[in-house]
Amino acid sequence: MTIIAQHGELFILLACVFGFFMAWGVGANDVANAMGTSVGSKAITIRQAICIAIVFEFLGAWLAGGEVTATIRNGIIDPTLLSSEPQYLVYGMLSSLLAAAIWLMIASKQGWPVSTTHSVVGAIVGFAVAGLGPSSVQWGEVGQIVSSWVVSPVTAGVIAFLLFRSIQTLIFENKDPLAAARRYVPGYMFLVGFIVAMVTLLKGLSHVGLNLSFTDALLWAMGVGAIITLLGILLERRITHEPRGGNRSSFTGVERIFGVLMMFTACAMAFAHGSNDVANAVGPLAAVVSVVQSQGQIGGDAALPWWILILGGGGIVVGLLTYGHRVIATVGTGITELTPSRGFAATLAAATTVVIASGTGLPISTTHTLVGAVLGVGLARGMQALNLRVLGTIVISWLVTLPAGAALSIIFFFMLKGMFG
Amino acid sequence: MVSSNPFSALFGRSPFQPLLEHIDKTVECADLLPVFFQATLEQDWARAAEIRNSISNGEHEADELKTHIRMNLPNSLFLPVSRSDLLELISVQDKIANKIKDIAGIMLGRRMRIPEAMEDIFQEYVRTAVATVHQARQALAELDDLLESGFGRNVSDLLSDQIRKLHELEHQADDQQVMIRRRLFELEKNLPPVDVMFLYQIIDWIGEVSDRSERVGSRLQILLAR
Repeated sequence: MTIIAQHGELFILLACVFGFFMAWGVGANDVANAMGTSVGSKAITIRQAICIAIVFEFLGAWLAGGEVTATIRNGIIDPTLLSSEPQYLVYGMLSSLLAAAIWLMIASKQGWPVSTTHSVVGAIVGFAVAGLGPSSVQWGEVGQIVSSWVVSPVTAGVIAFLLFRSIQTLIFENKDPLAAARRYVPGYMFLVGFIVAMVTLLKGLSHVGLNLSFTDALLWAMGVGAIITLLGILLERRITHEPRGGNRSSFTGVERIFGVLMMFTACAMAFAHGSNDVANAVGPLAAVVSVVQSQGQIGGDAALPWWILILGGGGIVVGLLTYGHRVIATVGTGITELTPSRGFAATLAAATTVVIASGTGLPISTTHTLVGAVLGVGLARGMQALNLRVLGTIVISWLVTLPAGAALSIIFFFMLKGMFG
Repeated sequence: MVSSNPFSALFGRSPFQPLLEHIDKTVECADLLPVFFQATLEQDWARAAEIRNSISNGEHEADELKTHIRMNLPNSLFLPVSRSDLLELISVQDKIANKIKDIAGIMLGRRMRIPEAMEDIFQEYVRTAVATVHQARQALAELDDLLESGFGRNVSDLLSDQIRKLHELEHQADDQQVMIRRRLFELEKNLPPVDVMFLYQIIDWIGEVSDRSERVGSRLQILLAR
């Protein structure tokens, strides 16, 4: 009790610094993966990608990031067990943030494809097991999170497969693919707006003070979808189509129309990413702040202070501006095998999965979900070549990240404990 | 913090673009064939040797591309077509250039002359062979488009047109071959017998260029018939 009262300000300051550091790392690295498909398919320029990322990452974090933050903050560890020693929770969360951020730095330097989500969850579980004993971990919840890491890429893969198949049957198999694209692509635009808006309205907005009933949310989501469709049709008009003979030109025209669509899915992806991954930085920070502000009352279900999500979103934006644009450039030029139609199917599938996961409060890895989605398109025979060996690397990165994050956070936990008592 | 991104790594290098490059090299070789025949007709052996060298170089480059494709097709690569069909297609493609090189080689080596009475019909025959190679390339380019859509469209719809043209050209080459053989049969009594023997062989080989080009078309059909 006294420790928190004594060092409260310091703890909050440290948590803000570490949290911002972590958010910076997310912005610098992770965002690039989310935007890479859009840039890689040449649907948008790097400059546009950064503008989209800044706006929609921030919106996603602010509007839809609450649920995942809550899970990380008090879903993994059973807080009631800590009511006598609230300072341990503070140490643990601080060390988790630092551990995850440092591990991300190391991994990125080495070029390992790690996930911010996995490192944070690993770090929290690690300090809890070592510092507080295995019984302090809510294993049921952790099991759910871990299983979602398997389920989310699979789900995204299935959605991507179905989406690409629908594009094939509706547009590519049509006698006149260009006309079919003009007819059906607005439908896909509606889908993008509708799904993102629906999940956000249903699950995310309660902490902003908006509580909508299901039918209200449905109507609002339809409205958002309609607005996006209208916007899309206006943009689509600007595409001049010069009817040259042969099929080659008509396929290029189709891809150009999908390019317009990719702009919207890029927004959706940035939104989804913001809604899920900001929590990695902000969740532990929120836990620390709530403990300190309630003077050690852990069980108190204090509302999430509004500035915390904004701090996280701001950290991501700074990360993007200082470093992320270079990563996007590298990633974007590396991906040449994605045409807008494939990129669209993959991105929308991943965004949908991530937004749904955010709505249910499950922290999942955006990158791995996207990889699953890309594979789904590949299985629909949409990709010319996929390097399956990379899958092995990704799976290994899952397995390695957990103990690595855990080990680091245990070290930091005992260091803090030694320092403050 | 430059990450070797899991995405960029996920996309393996597609073998289809090199495949098209390979047949482009073959087309280059085939385009030299009529020029080569012109040189032999004019008895300009220096020029003929030069052209044969270009053909040989083109064939060599095609060979290297073939090896490159085979080497870069590891098992971990996930492709929308069967791997064995793809390898088969490359070797069928590769044989066209080989035959063209053989024709140029033997004609230069033996300083062969086409009898004047056969010149016109012979040149037409060669032109048909070259056209078949071009048509095979066209069909392959079409495949590239099909991949774009993930084979969504009715495959026979798009490809059958190309393959029918290929077949027609090959058929035309066959007819011309019959006529040339008949003409040579009329002339052969007045020509040195060994030369006649080799002339028959050249006629045969030019026919084979058309034949092999047509086989590329059938391979494409097999490739897509999954």
